[in-house]
Amino acid sequence: MLITCPYCGPRDVIEFTYQGDGNRERPQPASQDLDAWNAYVYDRLNPAGDHNEIWQHSGGCRAHLRVVRNTITHEILSTAFARGGHKSADNRAEGRS
Amino acid sequence: MAEQQLPERQSPLEPEYHPGSHGNFEHGVDVILSETRPGSILQLAAWPGEEKRLIEIIRKVTGLALPDGAGGGVSNGTRAVFGFASGKFTVVDEAEGLAQAFAGSITPAIGTLTDLSHGRTAIRIAGPKAEWVMAKFFAIDFALPAFPLGAGRSTNHHDIFAQIQRSGADQFDIYVFRSFARSFWKALCHASEEVGYEVQ
Repeated sequence: MLITCPYCGPRDVIEFTYQGDGNRERPQPASQDLDAWNAYVYDRLNPAGDHNEIWQHSGGCRAHLRVVRNTITHEILSTAFARGGHKSADNRAEGRS
Repeated sequence: MAEQQLPERQSPLEPEYHPGSHGNFEHGVDVILSETRPGSILQLAAWPGEEKRLIEIIRKVTGLALPDGAGGGVSNGTRAVFGFASGKFTVVDEAEGLAQAFAGSITPAIGTLTDLSHGRTAIRIAGPKAEWVMAKFFAIDFALPAFPLGAGRSTNHHDIFAQIQRSGADQFDIYVFRSFARSFWKALCHASEEVGYEVQ
């Protein structure tokens, strides 16, 4: 599986570290909304198809990336620096505030 | 300021550094391995939006003009610079003291400077089979069109991080952690045995 890093270009997946579901939105640290924290910690979409993910190019430029990966085919549909905002596979994350 | 007396720097490769021809060299030596021992190895990082100012500072201090593009780099024989991540650059000089030359220029508003002169070891591999041997360690494309002259790459071998700059058509400079340098050197020598190698 190759992931195209926006800086380094296509690299083997062994250079990358998976950092979890990219759809999660962390509540404000002071938030006491238990439902929001519960959703952040436990709720996952687990789609059979396109999935927003966070990866780090830990064996290269060390940038954190937003990756859209198809969970059935492992096709990488898009990659972008995480700091540049995000591109959702299903618009779920954009709908949250 | 008085001249600082620095202790003599020892090579971590010393016990395994054996000049001469080794391996399968009866039909010729296809790679030459050496330790370049630069006096200064620096890592410079710009805050987002400050990259152009940092590139300009690098040009003023070293005389090296970084080309545009990710991983772009240039070397002039005694000094070298290349990008290894977004807004981050490795700068190398044969002479010691390059950190002091940058110290006044890179203000906290622009970015940071980290002196890695004692933290990295520079190993050079040259020769017609250099790409072949490098490809045994690193899962990247070493062909000249994909990895142009002067360009730099951040990658890893066996989960250990390394930076590579192409310093010639068939020559690469590899920057590895000093604590892992002897291990990498031994592995590099083993990988070079089949093509015949010379340690200079």
